[in-house]
Amino acid sequence: MGPFLEPFLANEFMLRALLAGVLVSIACSIVGTFVVLRGLAFIGDALAHGVLPGIAGALLLGLPGIAGAAVGALAMIAGVNLVTRRSRLSSDTAIGLLFVAMLALGVVIVSRSSSFAGDLVGILFGQILGTSLEGLATQAVATTIVFAVALACARPFLLLSFDPEQADVAGFPSRRYHLVMLVLVALTVVVSFQTVGTLLVFGMLLAPAGAGALLAHRVEPMMAWGAGIGIVSTYLGLLASYHFDVAAGATIVLVAAAIFFLVLAGTNLRDRLTTGRREPDAPATGPA
Amino acid sequence: MSAPGAGAPVIEARGLAVGYGGVALVPGIDLAVAARSSLALVGTNGSGKSTLLRTFVGLLPVVGGTLEVLGTRPGGAPRRLAYVGQFHASGFVLPLRAVDVVRMGRYPDLGLFGRMRSEDHDLVAAAMARMGVAGLARSPLGSLSGGQQQRVYLAQALARRADLIILDEPTSGLDAGGRELYLQAFAAELARGAAIVTATHDISEAVEYDQVMLLARRVVALGPGAEVLTADRLLDTFGILLRDPHAEHAQRFVVAEVTHGHPQVIDVGPEVLP
Repeated sequence: MGPFLEPFLANEFMLRALLAGVLVSIACSIVGTFVVLRGLAFIGDALAHGVLPGIAGALLLGLPGIAGAAVGALAMIAGVNLVTRRSRLSSDTAIGLLFVAMLALGVVIVSRSSSFAGDLVGILFGQILGTSLEGLATQAVATTIVFAVALACARPFLLLSFDPEQADVAGFPSRRYHLVMLVLVALTVVVSFQTVGTLLVFGMLLAPAGAGALLAHRVEPMMAWGAGIGIVSTYLGLLASYHFDVAAGATIVLVAAAIFFLVLAGTNLRDRLTTGRREPDAPATGPA
Repeated sequence: MSAPGAGAPVIEARGLAVGYGGVALVPGIDLAVAARSSLALVGTNGSGKSTLLRTFVGLLPVVGGTLEVLGTRPGGAPRRLAYVGQFHASGFVLPLRAVDVVRMGRYPDLGLFGRMRSEDHDLVAAAMARMGVAGLARSPLGSLSGGQQQRVYLAQALARRADLIILDEPTSGLDAGGRELYLQAFAAELARGAAIVTATHDISEAVEYDQVMLLARRVVALGPGAEVLTADRLLDTFGILLRDPHAEHAQRFVVAEVTHGHPQVIDVGPEVLP
């Protein structure tokens, strides 16, 4: 067996953590692909933090944290929608402020109870090693829903990423499908808070899909790359956590981010080596 | 999908006002565009061309009057409509191949779940061949030049096999070869039965259209190209900036003149003006 498989086969909690991480990785690669393509990173970040007061409030009231997270995410979507439609400011400013306000509200609620300090760390960074069977089942259901909805909405989502106006003209209302997309982001964030936590799920949304965008020339392979990188990150992160006794969720996200920057450096190097073959009027490549 | 009869107008506007946020930019538009016919909107930047096109496709609500497109409200018949807007290069290059973009032209007919059949693949391949980008089908969109991308977007519109094709400055960025292919495709689509509406700066091209509408935040003239495109009217259309203190582009004045029997647009700097 050796040190690479034995931790997962000998410990049920490690196997559960691995399965949960795989499910999170699949959901995050699908949703993260559209977050990256549509430049929704900031909204994703806002959602990831918007769930904090919901979770804290639910725990304060003795309700399941996941219900509170859902309420927080929905409030955040409604707020972002309202603000981007009404505000004459750039939506960055308004969403940024909403995001900080929700974070502050979360901390205020948590500060009401001193016993929450440990919970707060759990909410922000997850407790993947403590994944229960119910948690695993919830994650499986959520990942299935994300997969099914993304499959059903593949065409409007692609049109939306290409050009929202083309989606409208083609008979796929961009506002409706944008909202569906936000709900998928919210679902992924809400369900993942138990495993990688609300702060770190954002890394799982961006890093694998971002690396996938650099490696793939089509959307489906981009998702496949994202899922693969997420799963490898989960495995390596859990392994490192087991052998070196470091925080599991954070290590997983750290590995994913490291892979992203390795891919970024690699593709930059490749582009630089092939620059001579490009046409002079070809546009610049890659994200800014 | 068969073309509607030549008698039924594809676009019918009465007293139409178009604009943004309920404020009319161009009021009082009366217009009928029949199947198998073409209409060119000619005017300066800010004259209302794109606003009118965006209202036709349902991206902007009608501000006043009535407008019927393809026998229904604007945007109510997506399967019979193709639109290519003015593209702004996004900072992020999407992981799409050229052929994936042209395939999007089939989405309105396929809906959410319909499978691409061999007819759809044939239409996509034919559209790419007509715009001379068949060889680029598997190339990433981001690796194409601006002119090549414009050809791909036009191929997407052709792949739709629409009854009404609306194009906002379709030849911008095209080289001479691309322009020639576009004009051939344009003629073929008309012959197939489609109506075509475009916005253009190119007056020599507009002469070829069945109808030309001169726009300067009002309808200066509407009629057959050869009748409408007179020096006086062009001066009225393009000279409007001289009299408009609110024009954003007032540092650049545009007038029209007739050379070799064809009206031309020339730019003149403010130093030439009295």
